[in-house]
Amino acid sequence: MPTSRTATIDPSKAVSALLVAAAVAIVGLLIVVPLMSVFYEAFSGGVAGWWRAVAHDPDTRHAIWLSLTVAPVAVAINTVFGVAAAWLVARFRFPGRSLLISFFDVPFAVSPVVAGLALVLIFGRQGLLGPTLAWLHWKVIFAWPGLVLATTFVTLPLVVRELIPVMESIGPDEEMAAVSLGASGWQVFWQITLPNIRWALLHGIVLANARAMGEFGAVYVVSGHIAGATDTMPLRVEKLFQEYRQPASMAVASVLAGLALVTLVVKFVIEHRLEAEARELELARSTDGTTHDATLEAAGP
Amino acid sequence: MAPRLNRWLIAAIVVFGAAVGRVTQAADAGPVELLNVSYDPTRELYRDINDAFAKHYEQEHGRKVAIKQSHAASGSQARAVIDGLDADVVTLAVWPDVEAVAKSGLLRGDWQRRYDNDSVPYHSVVVFVVRKGNPKGIKDWADLVKGDVSIITPNPKTSGNGKYSFLAAWGSALAAGGSEDDAKTFVTEVYRRTPVLDTGARAATATFSQKGIGDVHLTFENEAHLEVDEAGGELEIIYPTRSIRVDPPVAVVDENVDRKATRHVAEAYLGFLYTSEGRAIIAKHHYRPWGENPPPPAAGETWPAIETFDIGKVGGWEVAMKKFFGEGGVFDAIYQPAGR
Repeated sequence: MPTSRTATIDPSKAVSALLVAAAVAIVGLLIVVPLMSVFYEAFSGGVAGWWRAVAHDPDTRHAIWLSLTVAPVAVAINTVFGVAAAWLVARFRFPGRSLLISFFDVPFAVSPVVAGLALVLIFGRQGLLGPTLAWLHWKVIFAWPGLVLATTFVTLPLVVRELIPVMESIGPDEEMAAVSLGASGWQVFWQITLPNIRWALLHGIVLANARAMGEFGAVYVVSGHIAGATDTMPLRVEKLFQEYRQPASMAVASVLAGLALVTLVVKFVIEHRLEAEARELELARSTDGTTHDATLEAAGP
Repeated sequence: MAPRLNRWLIAAIVVFGAAVGRVTQAADAGPVELLNVSYDPTRELYRDINDAFAKHYEQEHGRKVAIKQSHAASGSQARAVIDGLDADVVTLAVWPDVEAVAKSGLLRGDWQRRYDNDSVPYHSVVVFVVRKGNPKGIKDWADLVKGDVSIITPNPKTSGNGKYSFLAAWGSALAAGGSEDDAKTFVTEVYRRTPVLDTGARAATATFSQKGIGDVHLTFENEAHLEVDEAGGELEIIYPTRSIRVDPPVAVVDENVDRKATRHVAEAYLGFLYTSEGRAIIAKHHYRPWGENPPPPAAGETWPAIETFDIGKVGGWEVAMKKFFGEGGVFDAIYQPAGR
């Protein structure tokens, strides 16, 4: 808005105040109040009641444990995949490259329920691989591996999407210099590539982990709802709620919400580092006179 | 040497993995694990049954049993078992769901004849839950479509509870002397007054009792008691003059128990539902146990009398499924989603 400096008269002030009030009201009503009510309900029986609900119910304990094992494995898979895929896409030009990039986004576009059903169609008893898996006595659907697969699917884009712009903006110069000086592939990766992308990578990991912990839809389809075996935290919240154990359900929900708040803080710190790094990069570029504005733009967090 | 070693290592890992997968099944000495795949409202019932049965079985056979439960909408549970959920027994809401599992090859054709009363150990009836003081004066089926009464019932396509509520409404119109057309008009009117169709029984209960939507909730007697107990005096149960008898069948999943070598426990588990101890627990949870002189829900109480008709009134399950809930069936024809 070019006229904003002169337009400090009352009507626009009123409008801006109104807009701020609306923003605060929306954030308050949609985010703060519901979140607070979860914590309020969770601690309605006091801290002791909360602890009893979270730690003394074996099924709930198992659900927390399950989420804490499924999410990291899914995130680890996505980290390896994300780094490899982002490197491929950022460093090479090949036929079908843009198609591949669009495929990374499929998990965002597809409903998680559809993702879960697709897994059932492949790994279910009547699915493509069903007979083979049955012969091996390997359980995928309605067991731990299925939960990991579903979670991996829905969190797939988060790491790779985070890395592609950063890798593109950094460019291949440093890596090529290292190679010309005789560094091996792993040396280049550990000493040049990884340090350059570390904050972006961490950012992607944190986001993927948050999504993985909270995943409901895809996991709902492949879980089989076995209490104390295949119920993750979000599924346990739903189940407790339906069993009329609202405070217990909210107690588990508060654990999830707590994890989300921790994620938020970590994310905030990382974003600061990312911004600082982008500024440094810009400074370095502008002093050596080369122009990389187009790629820098893409590096924005 | 290195690449060759690698190849051997990979081969060894694959073989070992496969072997572990196959062996772990047989080499377990802990308690026998059973998985009971059931529908929404039976969570509390089977929690008690499981405890009692585990004690009973250990006394009789000296072996510990650990029973796991899985609950969701009956139709989706049948689907999950067909897709490989490792159920030892299924205790589902409606006959077609168990029959679907049988048709997939997991049950033998004679499953229905293995236990008394066509493998239906307990039954229930569809009743009304209304708000305190019954402000809309709902006493019987006809009152559902008077004034601005709004009705909560789950989706009959996915939910056993929903199917029974639909059939109860339909059958009550016939039982009152109406024709098929009268029944259709009545049921159309009922679903015109249904603002939300949840997928399962429990979700519908939450809609009615916790979100406060609707004037009357059509549900099973056992579920109604739980709902009213939870609501702390805010809700009450109304028994219509007549209603449908809800017959949830049980079955041992032959293929799974034979593979897991759990047939003996699984059969004893379902048999336990017919013992006097099992029947008392069933009654306590407000399911009506099968057989002569059913025990009351609690000492000194009696089962409220209600005239019942069964699925035969609406043509039996096979006909009802196709006619009412099949693709392009009566329900598809009469139901228009919210907004009308």
